[in-house]
Amino acid sequence: MQPETQKKSSVSQFIQVVSETSLIPFLSIVTAMLIGGVIILLVGGNPIIAYMGLLEGAFGSVRALSETAIWSTPYIFAGLAVALAFRGGLFNIGAEGQLAFGAVFSSLIGYALPGWLGFDLPMWIHLPLTILVGGLAGGLWAAIVGALKAYTGGHEVINTIMMNYIALNATSFLLNGPMKDHAPLNVIARTPEIAESARIMPIFDGLRIHWGFVFALLMAFFVWWLLNKTTLGFEIRTVGLNPDAAQYAGINVKRAIVLTMLFSGILAGLAGTVEVTGLNYRHELGFSSGYGYDAIAIALLGKSHPLGVVLASFLFAAMRNGATRMQFLTQLPVDLISMIQALILLFVAADAIVRYIYRIKAKGERVTLTRGWGG
Amino acid sequence: MDWKRFGFIALIITALFGAVVMVGQSQQRPLLIITSMLATTISVATPLTLGALAGVFCERSGVVNIGIEGMMLSSAFFGWFTGMYLSNVYGWTLMPSIVTGTIVAVFTGALMGLLLAWLSVTFKVDQIIGGTVINILAVGLTGFLNRQLFFGETSLFGGTVPSSPGVYSAIHLPIKEIFAPMCGGGEICLENINAINRVFDQKPIAWAAIILVFVSHYVLFRTRWGLRTRAVGEHPKAADTVGINVERMRYLNVIIGGMLAGLGGAYFTIESIPSFEPLMTNGRGFISLAAMIFGNWTPIGAWAAALVFGSSQALQINLQLFRESIPEQWAFLQQSYVVGLTPYILTMLILTGIIGKTMPPAADGQPYEK
Repeated sequence: MQPETQKKSSVSQFIQVVSETSLIPFLSIVTAMLIGGVIILLVGGNPIIAYMGLLEGAFGSVRALSETAIWSTPYIFAGLAVALAFRGGLFNIGAEGQLAFGAVFSSLIGYALPGWLGFDLPMWIHLPLTILVGGLAGGLWAAIVGALKAYTGGHEVINTIMMNYIALNATSFLLNGPMKDHAPLNVIARTPEIAESARIMPIFDGLRIHWGFVFALLMAFFVWWLLNKTTLGFEIRTVGLNPDAAQYAGINVKRAIVLTMLFSGILAGLAGTVEVTGLNYRHELGFSSGYGYDAIAIALLGKSHPLGVVLASFLFAAMRNGATRMQFLTQLPVDLISMIQALILLFVAADAIVRYIYRIKAKGERVTLTRGWGG
Repeated sequence: MDWKRFGFIALIITALFGAVVMVGQSQQRPLLIITSMLATTISVATPLTLGALAGVFCERSGVVNIGIEGMMLSSAFFGWFTGMYLSNVYGWTLMPSIVTGTIVAVFTGALMGLLLAWLSVTFKVDQIIGGTVINILAVGLTGFLNRQLFFGETSLFGGTVPSSPGVYSAIHLPIKEIFAPMCGGGEICLENINAINRVFDQKPIAWAAIILVFVSHYVLFRTRWGLRTRAVGEHPKAADTVGINVERMRYLNVIIGGMLAGLGGAYFTIESIPSFEPLMTNGRGFISLAAMIFGNWTPIGAWAAALVFGSSQALQINLQLFRESIPEQWAFLQQSYVVGLTPYILTMLILTGIIGKTMPPAADGQPYEK
C-alpha cells in the first residue's frame, strides 16, 4: 500500500506544479486573445468567425494537423535554443542568424557534397552529416558571441543582434552569388535542391509531416536531460542563477558561457536544418523571417522549460497555420497573429500585469538577465 | 570621454574618408569627395545620434532600453501615417502635415517610453525582456496596421498606398552668399565654397539632433535635474534617502528617451524618404545603443560614436558613386552585403572593450526595491 500512496501523491504534486506554473501563461494567452478580439471588432471584423477560422485552419483536418506539426518543428528547436540560453543566464536574440547559417550550410552539404566527392552517398551517411553540419554552423556562430561574452565582457544581447545582421547579409551574398541555383529561369535567391540522400522522409504518405518533428520532440527531451541530469547542465543552471556563486563553487564560468551559447546555437541551427532537409529541400532567402524572434516569445511563454517550450511551440504553430484560413474567411491580415503573439509575450513577460488583472498572488523568484552592459 | 577614445574615433573616420578619397580621386577632387562624405555622414548619423541620446537618458537614470529600435519603428510609422493622412484626406499642405507628423512621432515615442517605464519601473519586469516586448510589439503593430490599412480592397484606401506629402527640405545657410565674393570669380574656389555649403545644408531633424546633443550635455551635467537623474542611476537608495523620487525620475527620463527615439524614428519617414516599409529601421536602434556604450554614456561621446557609424554608412553610399574606379577584383567589396557589414562589425569590436573599458551607471538595469 505504502508505495502506491506515495506514487499518487507525487502525481498530484506534479499536477499541482504544472497547474501553478501554467496558470500565468494560460491567462496571458486568454487575455491576449480577448484584446485581439477587440482589435478585430475595431477594424470591423467578427472575432468569433475569425477565431473559429483560426481553430479550423489549425486543427480542422488531418492535413491541418500535419501542417501545424510542420510549423511547430522549427519553433521547438528555436524555442529550445532561447530557453537553454535563458537557463544559462544568457539572452540569445540571435536565433534568427544562427538558424540562417544552419540552413545555408546544411543545404550546401546537401546539394554539393556528392559533387565534391564524385560519388553518391548513402542516406545513412549523407543525412546525418548534413544535419550535423547545419547544427554546428549555428552552434559555432553563436559560440563566437559566447566567447566574446566570456573573455571580453561584450554583451550578448547586442552581439547576437549584430551577428544576425551579419549572418543575413552573408546569406544574401551566398544565395545571390556562389550558392545560387543556376537552374534555367531561376531568378530567386535560393540554393539548388539538395540530394535525395540528404532528405528527411515524411512520416505518412501524402502528408508533409516529416521525421524532423519527432526529432524535435526527442531534442526537447534531450535538453531536459542535459539541464537536469548532467553535471554540465547543473553548471549551466548555476551560472545562470548566480555567476559569482558558481565561480566561487569552482565552476569554470567562462567555459559554461561558451558551451551554453554553443548548444543554444546548435539548436537554432537545427531549426534551419530541419526546414531545409525535411520540408523545402533547399534554402531560400527570407524563409525564416521571424522564427528567431518568435522563439523568444515561445521560450518565455514556456517558462524556459523544455516541455513548456514544446507546448508553446504548438500554440504558436497553430496560430500561424490557422491564420491563413482566418484570412481567407475574414480578410483579416495574417499580421494580426503577430500582434496577438506580441501581446502574449507582453503579458507573460510582465506577469505582474496578469496577476494584477486576475488578482493572483506572486510566488517564487524572478529571473534577472539584465546585469548592466559589458560586465 | 577620454582623449584616447576621441583619437580612436578620429582615426576610424579618417580611415573611412581616406578610403573613399583613394577610390574616387581619379574622378573628383579630394575636397569635393570629403565634403560629400561629411554631408552624408551628418545626415545618416541623425537617427543614431537621437537613439543614442535616448539611451543615455534612460540608462543614466538606471533603465536599460533595448526597445529603442521598436520605438523608432513605431514612431516612423505613425509619424508618416499622420502626415500622409492629413495631406490626402484633409488636403493639408506639405509643411503643416509633416510637422504634425513629427509631433505625432515624438508623442508615439513618449507613449512607448511610458510603456517601458510602466513595465520596468512599476512592474519591475526584467528590462531587457521589457525592451524586447517593445521591439516585437512594434514589428507586429506596424506590420498589422500597414497591411490592414493599405492592402486588400476593403482597406482604408482601397488597396493603394496614397502618396505621402513629402519630406523636409534642407535649411540653407548662406555660406556661399557670404564667401563667394572673396573668390573673385575663381571657378575652383566657387566650387569649393558650394561644396562646403552643402555640408551645412542639413534638414531640420539633423540640426535638431546636433542641438539636442549639447542641450542633453548641459541638462545632464549642469542642472539639478541632471544631477538627480545621475544620482538615481548610480545609487538609487542614496538618492531616495535625500528625498529624490526614484520612480518619478526614472519614469520621466524614460519618457524623454522615448521622445528622442521618436524624433529619430521621424527621420526615416519624414526626413529621409517619404514612405514607410516594414522593418525599415534595420537595426539602427541597436547600433545607437552601441554608440551610447562607446560614448561612455555621455551625449557628446555618443554623438562622436554615432558619427563613426554614420561615416561607415556614408562610405557605402559614396563608393556607389565611384563604382567605375574600383578594380574588377575588388568590385564585390562595394556590394551592400560587404561594405554594409562595417557598422555591425565595428559595434562588436567596440563592445569587446579593446578601445578601453566603459563604465555604465552603477544601478543600470536594476529595478529599485525600497
